[in-house]
Amino acid sequence: MIPELGNFALILALLLAITQGTLPIIGAARGIPSWIALARPVVQGQFVFLAIAFGCLAYSFVSNDFSVLNVARNSNSELPIQYRIAASWGSHEGSLLLWVFMLAAWSVAVSVFSRHLPDEMVARVLGVMGLVSVGFILFLLVTSNPFDRLFPAALEGSDLNPLLQDPGMVIHPPMLYMGYVGFSVAFAFAIAALISGQMDAAWARWSRPWTTVAWVFLTIGIMLGSWWAYYELGWGGWWFWDPVENASFLPWLVGTALVHSLAVTEKRGSFKSWTVLLAICAFSLSLLGTFLVRSGVLTSVHAFATDPTRGVFILAFLVIVIGSSLLLFAWRAPKVGLGGKFDLVSRESMLLANNLLLMVAAGSVLLGTLYPLIMDSLDLGKISVGPPYFEAVFVPLMTPAIFLMGLGPLARWKQASLPELMLRLRWAFGVSVITALLMPFVMGEWKPLVSFGLLLAFWIIATIFVSIQQRLRNSGQGGLFAKLAKQSRSYYSMHLAHLGIAIFIIGVTLVNGYETEKDVRMEIGSTVTMGGYTFRFNGASPVSGPNYKAMRGDIDVLRNGEKIRVMQPEKRTYNASGMAMTEPAIDTGFLRDLYVAMGEPLENGAWVVRVYHKPFVDWIWFGCLLMAFGGMLAVTDRRYRLKMHSKHVETAAVEDGKRVTNNNTGLATGGRKA
Amino acid sequence: MKPRHKKLAIIASGVTALGLAVALVLNAFESNMVFFFSPSQVAANEAPVGKSFRIGGLVEEGSIRRQSDGVTVKFIVTDTAKVIPVVYTGILPDLFKEGKGVVAQGKLAADGVFRADEVLAKHDENYMPPEAAGALEQARIQKTVMTK
Amino acid sequence: MMRFLLPLAAFIVLVGFLAVGLNLKPREVPSPLIGKPAPVFQSQSLHEPERILASKDNLGKVWLLNVWASWCVSCREEHPLLVELAKSGIVPIYGLNYKDKRDLALQWLSQYGDPYTISVVDPEGRIGIDYGVYGVPETYVIDKNGVIRHKQIGPVTIESLEKKILPLIKELQG
Repeated sequence: MIPELGNFALILALLLAITQGTLPIIGAARGIPSWIALARPVVQGQFVFLAIAFGCLAYSFVSNDFSVLNVARNSNSELPIQYRIAASWGSHEGSLLLWVFMLAAWSVAVSVFSRHLPDEMVARVLGVMGLVSVGFILFLLVTSNPFDRLFPAALEGSDLNPLLQDPGMVIHPPMLYMGYVGFSVAFAFAIAALISGQMDAAWARWSRPWTTVAWVFLTIGIMLGSWWAYYELGWGGWWFWDPVENASFLPWLVGTALVHSLAVTEKRGSFKSWTVLLAICAFSLSLLGTFLVRSGVLTSVHAFATDPTRGVFILAFLVIVIGSSLLLFAWRAPKVGLGGKFDLVSRESMLLANNLLLMVAAGSVLLGTLYPLIMDSLDLGKISVGPPYFEAVFVPLMTPAIFLMGLGPLARWKQASLPELMLRLRWAFGVSVITALLMPFVMGEWKPLVSFGLLLAFWIIATIFVSIQQRLRNSGQGGLFAKLAKQSRSYYSMHLAHLGIAIFIIGVTLVNGYETEKDVRMEIGSTVTMGGYTFRFNGASPVSGPNYKAMRGDIDVLRNGEKIRVMQPEKRTYNASGMAMTEPAIDTGFLRDLYVAMGEPLENGAWVVRVYHKPFVDWIWFGCLLMAFGGMLAVTDRRYRLKMHSKHVETAAVEDGKRVTNNNTGLATGGRKA
Repeated sequence: MKPRHKKLAIIASGVTALGLAVALVLNAFESNMVFFFSPSQVAANEAPVGKSFRIGGLVEEGSIRRQSDGVTVKFIVTDTAKVIPVVYTGILPDLFKEGKGVVAQGKLAADGVFRADEVLAKHDENYMPPEAAGALEQARIQKTVMTK
Repeated sequence: MMRFLLPLAAFIVLVGFLAVGLNLKPREVPSPLIGKPAPVFQSQSLHEPERILASKDNLGKVWLLNVWASWCVSCREEHPLLVELAKSGIVPIYGLNYKDKRDLALQWLSQYGDPYTISVVDPEGRIGIDYGVYGVPETYVIDKNGVIRHKQIGPVTIESLEKKILPLIKELQG
């Protein structure tokens, strides 16, 4: 009964989505106020029905209803409750339901926080989101209904893939999807602007916080995925350039470009058509990511459930959504105009260069991801493109981008002077070169690549210092803290996010340069030494968990002959699926991780054991967190909060679209409450 | 700078950057593309010697032999028509099993043994890597043609 | 104007490759065995090891050969359907117990129900190789002359049963 209820709610949601995707847009075009006014209530109704549908699915999982095919395939009565809930989005069907549910949640957020926007604009934005929703709900109902029954009911479920039975996997997909789906708001704003032909600084001001929030979610989602791969796959790597990882990284790269381009459009009115194109691209790549993961077009270690008929549907959907938006872009963008002029050396030109570098990087990652498919399509042989390709292309492209990242925040808008910039940054440059040359000696061995990576990171940090110092010098009277407090949140948020990149680069550089790994045969009582730590294997003993049995290794970690820690990696076998899983033990530290994983058992209680020493590896994820935190801080900037209190000012600002905002004090009007 | 010069400078730098990017990509493809061959193709000397490539098929039943160091493993990959011996040092993936599909990446040594530096198995128990499935299908089609 | 069409052009090229790519999967390749005589086999029965079953004993009737194993997860998914089908008596189902252990297989059948007229064992997977089994489960429809008419890769579903397998059986029996 409950699954049927869910199915019914899904169908009602589809009807509302169709209404949402048609009437308000037509109403806005023809000037029919009652149709325009439909947008908000319909969005909220759709959200309620999707919430019911999702609740029904979650209930079926929690109550072990194995008469639902989806539950029988992805759950088991032995599965702990938190993973039964997580299993509702662990399957293909469930994850898509989560996708539309989140789309509805974002739509509701737009409908609530858009009181200060013109009604026609809101109607168009919500209408576009409604059309996207129609596509996804149809896809669910036609090819992947999560409520399909299994008749007769199974006695027991096949269990959730053990790899997904992990706290990281519980929150990784929702975060990632919040990011993917969040770009639909920027996309909808862009399409609405193209339809209305109205594209000004106000438009950028509205889309900007939405885009930033989506970007923050995506950043956290990717970070969690990388962290999960690190501790759950048992290989100790944190990024594999796997097609599925690339599918999430592509929208991130374009989204990063979009966030920066929106800043220019908001503050200077430039890059308008470019910003619109980026908004379309970011969401298109989110859709493409879904297609690549779900259709089985690409060989990937992550693609859990694949099915070609679904692929055909998503491809058709992609063609309609992306094709029509790009067509609309080709038709309307020439009328948008270029916006403010700027000099060859200016903050705008540097941001544009960075944008281009990010896009070229995204393009080369896309090419590398799809290249096996292209070769296969042309019958030129089966190939795979591995991490070396991506590293060889990505690093050289990002190097100038990071150099510009240091310059940009110090350059003036419109017109800057290169000699003056060089003068202001000569100390930053000197300090970062010297530190980068010397630091590797502290780590024990000088390596050119390590020095190079550190140079990039220290360059970012040094330029941040220079920027803040010069900013304070020009901040008038008062003590240091008073001056610091004077700066806007958006100013700090930029530096925080950039600092995150620096921390990330330090982590990547040092772990790649100095990690040690060994696969060794360990007899009971034997030891292996690595990075100043000695690991002593005391044997393995059987243990059992709620839904698995395991062999748990017992390994002492010694430093200078003293025992500092016991590590207990496991080799699990899950009861329901019979699948084996390696559960490594990780000792996390500020400067290093110790990582131990069990391989295979040998005779006499000996095991093959994998031991890693990974310096600075946690800095990688910490850097990502800083970036995300920077994004969050930007959204809470005063100019967005201000709006709450002064709605009338807001409306005035919206009407006066060409109003130039004051970028130095952060007092610009517009935007929405965060 | 005159506007005309400025435009020229922008276009020139754009073209240079794009050219560099294309050169980078082509160069990276040149050296980092990994081809896939089935054991039958390897047996027919179609695979390169001394260059890294991938093979795929089934791990032959009873073929896994562990060397005395405990870490080096020898096994045989078959596409049901031809076989190829593989040596790998390290920990095998959880889903690596006799009779299951596998894809390995490495180089073919002069003695005809494939020295793998990476062994891949899928995350899903019932799933066979498409490349391995393709190799088996190919071998079967050839066998049927031959017996006709 | 033209430069604004460039993104669209790039996208169209991309779609072309994706569309071709969708049709490339090895699973799309039809089995070369369809329309060919089913490979002959002769093996022990799972329940009574002393009894030997030969595939030629089935000449003259339409039958299903279902490849299964106790270690296979998807087999569990299709199993209730097979039990139902066996109860209906429409068609005899023969099991090929693939690369399995006898005790585990017997335990599995007693737990989930036994839809098979007879299950024969293939502990080394030799029969499986002749049939081109590359994943479990697989199901073959074999006609009165011992010719393979259909091969289902992966679990039998209600849909595949109703749309393909049952109509085909009816036609072959008719």
